[in-house]
Amino acid sequence: MINKSLVSITDFSKANYLTILDISRKFEKDSYKDLLKGKVIATLFFEPSTRTRLSFESAINRLGGRTIGFSDSGTSSVTKGETLYDTIRVVSNYCEMIVMRHPLEGSARYASEISKIPVINAGDGANQHPSQTLLDLYSIQKTQGTLDDLKIFMVGDLKYGRTVHSLLMALSEFNTSFCFISPDELKMPDEYKMHLKAKGLNYSESRDLNESISEADIIYMTRVQKERFSDPIEYERTKNAYVLKNEMLRITKENMKVLHPLPRVNEINTDVDASPKAYYFQQTENGVYVRQAIISLILGLKV
Amino acid sequence: MTKDKILEVSAIMDGTVIDHIPADSLFQVISILRLEKFDGMITFGTNLESKKLGKKGIIKVSGVFFKDKDINRIALIAPEAKLNIIKNYSVVEKKLVEIPDEIIGIVKCVNPQCITNHERVATRFLVLEKKKLKLRCQYCEKMTYRENMEIL
Repeated sequence: MINKSLVSITDFSKANYLTILDISRKFEKDSYKDLLKGKVIATLFFEPSTRTRLSFESAINRLGGRTIGFSDSGTSSVTKGETLYDTIRVVSNYCEMIVMRHPLEGSARYASEISKIPVINAGDGANQHPSQTLLDLYSIQKTQGTLDDLKIFMVGDLKYGRTVHSLLMALSEFNTSFCFISPDELKMPDEYKMHLKAKGLNYSESRDLNESISEADIIYMTRVQKERFSDPIEYERTKNAYVLKNEMLRITKENMKVLHPLPRVNEINTDVDASPKAYYFQQTENGVYVRQAIISLILGLKV
Repeated sequence: MTKDKILEVSAIMDGTVIDHIPADSLFQVISILRLEKFDGMITFGTNLESKKLGKKGIIKVSGVFFKDKDINRIALIAPEAKLNIIKNYSVVEKKLVEIPDEIIGIVKCVNPQCITNHERVATRFLVLEKKKLKLRCQYCEKMTYRENMEIL
């Protein structure tokens, strides 16, 4: 039992990641275990996120636990003007753990300081969403048989995409080489490139999604959003340049898989869905096992 | 005679003189050091002539010897401040202020979506670079730099 909160992916060590992946594998074999019987976990969703909430609630239910909470702040005491401080002080008297999604950045760190029970960050604005990163790691390990020495392509919005930033931080523990493919306006921020340099890891950058993908073990797609562009014409020019189509996969390696944190809009053509290289829907299934594992590790459940 | 009188008012027996404060930061320094709640003797002057700063401020606090961790809180707004530690009317030590590794509750986080700009929570920054003044918010993890730094 580590009995600590999971707010940011960097709160956990490489050893923690590997432990979670080990436990996740056990849940994949047998997902229904009454380890949380009689226990209550709160899922506080101050903004709606159907997929993440259902994934966590499925994980808790499969463990035999019960959930309390709300799925958007409109149905909570926030509408009466209650502060996050008060909500967390109160709810932490009702349960064993809090799973929280909140639109404000840093809200989860703040909640973890107030709460006397562990807090799992299920997304704080554009900041962190660590369970997503861990399920990405699990998906990569499962499809490639390893996390070491892989070549990972990240495509799309690399500037604002929190999932790619967290995944980069986690993978930087595993001798990964990276290729960043994005429009100029949405390039990977310098601080992450500096981090890779400091770790002695290789990366390259490109504006084009082209033949170079033949080297990829994983292509991690993200959505290029119109509102991220200062120049709407630039958006129109680039929006189709970062769409993955089935014909492009012909030149890719046999073991290559396409991942996406979802929701997808049009950055992966639907003709990719039928390809054995498409992995984004299985990725969501893995999310349940990984969340079961995170909860188990934090609460010290014997899996 | 007049000169002697000025000295009599401004000299302190024991305490701390904080010199070379930028004139427009004087009241912020007073506030950061919470001197408005101090009930001992304080003398301060501002818009005094300074070769280095143009106009400077000075604060003399009787009977107080600041801890480094407390006085370094002013380093963000008065980086050139000099401290003279006075004992029995003479300067026994001179010190410069230094930007601390962690800054609590002085600087506003530049990110409008940060929780610290919405709830009553003291800001907390890790100082990543002292020269350029690069601060990482411990809550939202965004960077605040000298150019966009606002003092609370």
